[in-house]
Amino acid sequence: MTTPTIYEELRDRIRTDQPVGLCTIIEGPNVAAKLLIAPGRTGRGSLGHPELDRIVTRDALGELEAGRTGVRHYGPQGQTTPEDLADTDTVSVFIESFAPPPQMWIFGAVDFTASLAKVAKVLGYRVTVCDAREVFATRRRFPMADEVLVSWPLPLFEQHGATLGQRDAVCILTHDPKFDVPAVLGAVGTRVGYIGVMGSRTTHAKRMERLAEAGLTATDQIDRLMSPIGLDIGARTPEETAISICAEIIARRTGRSTPSLRDGTGAIHSNS
Amino acid sequence: MARVVNIEGSGPRDPGASMAVNEDGEVAGSVSGGCVEGAVVGEALAILHGDQHPRLVTFGYSDDDAFAVGLTCGGIIHLFIEPLDW
Repeated sequence: MTTPTIYEELRDRIRTDQPVGLCTIIEGPNVAAKLLIAPGRTGRGSLGHPELDRIVTRDALGELEAGRTGVRHYGPQGQTTPEDLADTDTVSVFIESFAPPPQMWIFGAVDFTASLAKVAKVLGYRVTVCDAREVFATRRRFPMADEVLVSWPLPLFEQHGATLGQRDAVCILTHDPKFDVPAVLGAVGTRVGYIGVMGSRTTHAKRMERLAEAGLTATDQIDRLMSPIGLDIGARTPEETAISICAEIIARRTGRSTPSLRDGTGAIHSNS
Repeated sequence: MARVVNIEGSGPRDPGASMAVNEDGEVAGSVSGGCVEGAVVGEALAILHGDQHPRLVTFGYSDDDAFAVGLTCGGIIHLFIEPLDW
C-alpha cells in the first residue's frame, strides 16, 4: 500500500470528522510548502526547516483546538520573538483549521425537534436526538438527524458528556420534568457552550423549583441556562422557533446583545 | 485553488473560504460575495498554466494595487492561489 499524499490524508481526516490542520507558506522562502498537523500524530510534509516545522506545529495545534484559521509570521528557523525577527526574512504561514463539526444534542422527540434538527444541519451541526420513548425517538421521524437515541439523559451524558465543548449546544425541548430535570443537570455538568430549555414562563418557573430541589442552586450554573429557550422574535411555528433558537446560539457565541426570551417577561407568543 | 488568508476591514468571507478553478475555467466555492470571483478565475488560470507562480493576490481599494478590483464593502481581501497537485 502506498503512503497517502498530504491531500489524501487531509481529505480522509475531514471526511471522518477528525481534527486536522494544513499549514502553507504564503510568503517568504519555499512558498506553497506544506505541513499537515493533527493532534497526537507526527506532522506530514515540511516548511523547509525542522525548527520552523516544530514551532508551527505547536502553534497550529493550538489554533486547531480553538477552531481558528489565519496567518502567523516567523523567522526562517521558526523565530517568533521580535528581537530575533529583526534583520531577517519573515515567513508567513497560513494555518487552516479543520475542526470536526460542532454537536447539537436535542432532548425530546417532538415536532420542534424535527425543525430544530433541520436548521442545525444547515448550520453544520452534528445532530443527536434523544428521548426515552421508543415510539417517538425513531429514525423515520428524524431522518435529518445524524443519530437518534432511545435513552434517558444520564447515560448519554455519562458516556459522551466529556466530548461537549464551547462550540456545542444542548437543547432540551421535552417539557416533561421527568426528562428535562436530568437533562439540565447533565448539561450543566459539561463544558457545553449553550444550554437552552423550552417551555412557557409557567413551565420554566416550576422547572426552576424542581431543579433547585434536585440540587441546582449555584448561580453561575443557573446563569448558563437559556430558559425559556430562544430569541424574542415572536416565533410561533416549530420552524420559526428553530430559527429563534439557532439565532440565540449564534448571538451567545458572538456576544451580541439580542433580546433573549430569558431576559424578558410576559407572554412568549402574542395572540394576534 | 484560491483561499482567503486574511481580510482587512469589511469582508464577506472569513479566512479559510476557498474556491477551486479547473483548466476549463469551471468554478466551485467562493471567496467573496461575488465581487472578485471573476478576477480570481483569471489569476488562477495563469497559475494553473504555469504563467505565474503560486502567490498572494490582494483585492480591494489600495492605491498601489495595479489591478484593483473593487469590493463593494470597501474591504481588502488577501488570497493565496496555488495549483492543487494530487
